[in-house]
Amino acid sequence: MTAVDQLDLEIPRARIYGFLGPNGSGKSTTIRMLCGLLRPTAGSVQVLGHDATLEAEIVRRRIGYMTQRFSLYEDLSTDENLDFIAEIYGLPRREKQQRIGAARREYRLDDLRRQRAGTMSGGQRQRLALAAATLHRPELLLLDEPTSAVDPQSRREFWESLFDLVEAGTTILVSTHYMDEAERCHQLAILDRGRIAAEGAPKALMQAIDAAVIEVSCDQPRSAHHVLEDLDQVRSVTQLGSRLHILVDPTVSEPEALIRQRLRDAGLASQVERTAASLEDVFVAATRKPLEVAA
Amino acid sequence: MSAWRRIKAIAAKEARQLGRDRLTVGMVVGIPLMQIVLFGYAINLDVRHLSAGVADQADTSWSRQLIADMEASQVLRFDTRVATAEALTEAMRLGEIAVGVYVPADFERRLVDPARPAAQLLVDGSDPTILNIAAQLLQMPAPSRPQQTSTTSGLFELRNFYNPERRSAVQIVPALIGVILTMTMVLFTAVAIVRERERGNLELLITTPVRTVELMLGKLIPYILIGLLQVSIVLLVGRLLFHVPLRGDLGDVYIAALTFIGASLTLGLLISTLARTQFQAMQLTLFIFLPSILLSGFMFPFDGMPIVAQRIAEVLPLTHFVRLSRGIILRGAEVGELASEIRALLIFFGVAITLAVLRFRKRLD
Ligand SMILES: Nc1ncnc2c1ncn2[C@@H]1O[C@H](COP(=O)(O)OP(=O)(O)OP(=O)(O)O)[C@@H](O)[C@H]1O
Ligand SMILES: [Mg+2]
Repeated sequence: MTAVDQLDLEIPRARIYGFLGPNGSGKSTTIRMLCGLLRPTAGSVQVLGHDATLEAEIVRRRIGYMTQRFSLYEDLSTDENLDFIAEIYGLPRREKQQRIGAARREYRLDDLRRQRAGTMSGGQRQRLALAAATLHRPELLLLDEPTSAVDPQSRREFWESLFDLVEAGTTILVSTHYMDEAERCHQLAILDRGRIAAEGAPKALMQAIDAAVIEVSCDQPRSAHHVLEDLDQVRSVTQLGSRLHILVDPTVSEPEALIRQRLRDAGLASQVERTAASLEDVFVAATRKPLEVAA
Repeated sequence: MSAWRRIKAIAAKEARQLGRDRLTVGMVVGIPLMQIVLFGYAINLDVRHLSAGVADQADTSWSRQLIADMEASQVLRFDTRVATAEALTEAMRLGEIAVGVYVPADFERRLVDPARPAAQLLVDGSDPTILNIAAQLLQMPAPSRPQQTSTTSGLFELRNFYNPERRSAVQIVPALIGVILTMTMVLFTAVAIVRERERGNLELLITTPVRTVELMLGKLIPYILIGLLQVSIVLLVGRLLFHVPLRGDLGDVYIAALTFIGASLTLGLLISTLARTQFQAMQLTLFIFLPSILLSGFMFPFDGMPIVAQRIAEVLPLTHFVRLSRGIILRGAEVGELASEIRALLIFFGVAITLAVLRFRKRLD
């Protein structure tokens, strides 16, 4: 099967580039190719001016990779894990302790120095993993779903750290399933079935959404849901309490009228109005689009 | 040098993880202790009170004298008395007796007839120690007879069941070092890399600057030390409990052990690059372990094996180590005189580590 198909990526320096995409859309596969862990069957991957497969070792010294699954040693403590990584990257001996100390402070690991990674909470582990991935000061940081299973407060702090890194000149590629995180990226690519379905700054993506966004308030949202779902022009219906959030095909000239008419025919009283698109709408619109058949 | 630093880091990390894995620590010391005690006692020649059965069809004073003499030697304990030879065989088959004595009705006439053995000794040859006992019993003089007829045929005719060959204790303990090392060394490194793959550590590790050779060497170092520790345990226990002599030089034993440990560990590494899961690694280890035990000369004399088996055996590190350790420990040979065996182990080490490094890719596909 083809996990990633004809993906063209340009990631600007000192920016956070986000990967958004459903499960199995090829986020991890792309990141692995950038690390030289997987070879593309066709085409080439250039990272920091080097071929990711042929010059993998050069590339690897300059990138930091945080795997989707925790991949430090669970039976080693914070300090032992960080020390191991520092040795493997051959950090200068004099600098080593100082850098590890700084990383511990930055990622609030001082209380966990002797705790084994296996006994840490999800958020603590993520912080340790990020500390390890940045210890050798990589120019490019590849983060594969770094904040899955992390509470909102910790996620905020995590992103603060990312912006600090960007400020210091690091380029970051991060994959996520969270819309709020995606919105914080400078640049975003929405992946679908191994292809880029949409790309751009989050704001621009929301403005240029390829669908009309309609909001419906009514007393019988479930019935309305079923009625609207059957319309060919409706791409998706999302229920939010007693409201419905509807994406309508951009070819429809007056989407509000269409919805209103349909609901009236079904005998449902409702209030219909057009609203601005959220990033989630962009995501749904991009990933629900039928794939154009490749020529 | 940064390569050396990375090797050290891997080795230290591996040692630390090992120390935290209680089961593995237990195995490091437990396996050699248990094995040598088990093997050592099972092959102890000084066995007493073996359960024995007798079918005395003669039932004369002479035949009763014979049984009494045998019991007096304290080697046998007659707690089964049956009527026929068939009943004896049956008791042995059921595992009730290890030795059976059959005295035919014409025992006294047979005693004076040099052409025919007077009685039969039935032996459960599936236990090698019992065979040795049988050999001792064969030397036993006939019950004191009034007339001094010199009998050319012995008192007994040996009927060996289940196992036609004999072994001695001393032969086994030096080779046992090799068996124990094969079991632990190959298994430890066989799971070493697979485990990192299974736990997801490998994906991170191979995106670091560490080189394959460094990774492999770093993983070997802690296990080399463990191997030497195990050798010491077996040598010491063999000496204290079983009085195994050391006729050669202790340093030579360690040189031989070191090359063998190297060969076994790299074999494990090679398995580790072939297997996808720890379970597969263990199965592959077993696949190596069984032929090693059977063909190395540990169980059966090497020269008695068919040519094909000998060829296979020459490839197995244990075969060479069995020759080395028996040579040095029992025959007092110097390691220099056994250079061809050392060379074979070094070649094995070289080939295995090269294959392992070549097979291992710093990639996931
Ligand atoms: N080793 C593999 N062998 C076969 N197929 C694979 C392998 N790894 C990934 N795939 C397939 O490639 C596709 C992309 O997988 P990938 O892991 O890149 O998705 P993802 O976007 O990271 O998903 P998730 O959000 O669940 O992490 C999936 O359909 C997956 O089944
Ligand atoms: Mg993924």
